Amino acid sequence: MSRHTTVSSSKRSISSILMYAALIVVAFIQLFPLYWMFTFSLKDNSEIFGGNPLGIPTKWLWSNYSNALLGGNVGHYFINSVIVTAATILFTVIFSVMASYALTRMVFKIRKQMNSFFILGLTVPLHSALLPIFVMLRNLKMVNSYWALIIPYSAFAIPMAILIFSGFMTSLPRELEEAACIDGCSIYRIFFSIIMPLMRPAMATVTIFTFLQAWNELMFAVVFISDVRFKTLTVGIQSLAGQYTTDWGPIGAGLMVATIPTLIIYAFMSKKVQDSLVVGAVKG
Amino acid sequence: MDRVLNNKKAIVFFLFPAMVMFIAVIIVPIIMSLYYSMQDWSGFGKGTFIGLANYKGLISDPIFVKAAVNSLILAVASVFIQLPISLLLALVLAKGVKFEKSFVTVYFVPVIISTVVIGQLWMKIYNYDYGILNLLLRSIGLDSWAQEWLGDTKNALGATFIPIIWQYIGYHMLLMYAGIKSISTDVFEAAVIDGSSWWNTSLKITIPMLKPVLNVSVIFAVTGALKVFDLVYVLTGGGPVHASEVIGTYMVSTIFKGNQYGYGSAMAIFVILECFVLSILVGFLFREREGAKR
Repeated sequence: MSRHTTVSSSKRSISSILMYAALIVVAFIQLFPLYWMFTFSLKDNSEIFGGNPLGIPTKWLWSNYSNALLGGNVGHYFINSVIVTAATILFTVIFSVMASYALTRMVFKIRKQMNSFFILGLTVPLHSALLPIFVMLRNLKMVNSYWALIIPYSAFAIPMAILIFSGFMTSLPRELEEAACIDGCSIYRIFFSIIMPLMRPAMATVTIFTFLQAWNELMFAVVFISDVRFKTLTVGIQSLAGQYTTDWGPIGAGLMVATIPTLIIYAFMSKKVQDSLVVGAVKG
Repeated sequence: MDRVLNNKKAIVFFLFPAMVMFIAVIIVPIIMSLYYSMQDWSGFGKGTFIGLANYKGLISDPIFVKAAVNSLILAVASVFIQLPISLLLALVLAKGVKFEKSFVTVYFVPVIISTVVIGQLWMKIYNYDYGILNLLLRSIGLDSWAQEWLGDTKNALGATFIPIIWQYIGYHMLLMYAGIKSISTDVFEAAVIDGSSWWNTSLKITIPMLKPVLNVSVIFAVTGALKVFDLVYVLTGGGPVHASEVIGTYMVSTIFKGNQYGYGSAMAIFVILECFVLSILVGFLFREREGAKR
């Protein structure tokens, strides 16, 4: 569909070349920091600081990665991030699907109010909960544990997850459930063997959304975790950068390790990742 | 069916876990924050009730005022710099360019990268001796432009805000792009038949029809700016001498370094109220404008 019918063709081709040039420049700006991170994660200081700051490494220095993973504890932080993120996803998905089922299908008086109550949670900034959660965790002697992150992360992911699940659930036909009901299935059976499998596409969306939140979160992680045993990648990288202030290679390697899982997911499911982050804005 | 769906026990079973977490971790803390904000409390032992004194303290605290103003500057910059760039990109991509989907995918990449990674990268980009920004300036003969970007009170605020604004350009672009794509193509075809140029169509038709999306974008940009913490914390920690301080960083250092739990909580409540008031204000402005047009 051409919208330039009034412009002469030569003018049009010039403007279209300029437009593509601009689009490519923007693409370059968006990707350059990642490219640069990749290259300096494989260089030594003499290359980064003078010899070859922007190009492909002359000698690929994989020892930066072993330094970061072992010497800088990044391997350990990575495992902690995996544990915290996986548990957060698990709790968020299960609890939110359950709640969404009650909120969209079941019949009770304050259903509407309950729904808006959860949606209200979307607008609450982390700031407002930071200190009270810290005080609670301190009283329960739970500061510096995996639970100190898993519980708050799950709670803050639940409102968005309920929004996504409820939206998806309302679009599911009720016939299957009705048939199962006539066959004498209990409500629990209906939920676990009929609804849960049908919810898979929405679960993928929620999983990606929750993954990004938990994997990248900094404020809670900085405040609730100071023990090196429980540090996740975000806080860990901060310590790594403090430890290797003058040696950029291992820092770059640490940054790469923190970023690669996200990039792999994005490479395979870019559409799904985009949807999971935008869906809240479109519906909310 | 209704009898099954009426099962009170099942309703409680399904709602209970999510409800408990939501109330314990989100609702109760807001109430606690409100309570702490009226206490003089160092975090240990018992606090003393001091009414609204903490809130009065905020207004006369020059560092807090500076932090609040800086957060507002970021909000304004987000709305008037970030969103127009996002909108322009969305308009161009949505009109149907080659490799449209690939451009969208690439532009979105910074959004999903951890803010710590982005912060550490930009710290290196800004490094005085070896950062690529100064390197670039020196290589084109602008040695005098090469500066201490994050360590100088003159530059710190701007240098901190650039990555923040940059990171979410792709996010707003995608929102707007999806919004434009959901407008019926008939509208655009009619405009083309009428001889309207792309630029004209964008200004007169696309942007007005995009208003609900723009409304959401502006609210997200403003509240996101008021709540900003991560990148400032990583890049400067609010320094040097509070030059790049925002409410998020000042709150965290007041509570966890200064042990002023009550005073810090007043800042948390301030952020909630500020976000709430400005969201309503933005929504109101968008509706006003719409009303005037009709």
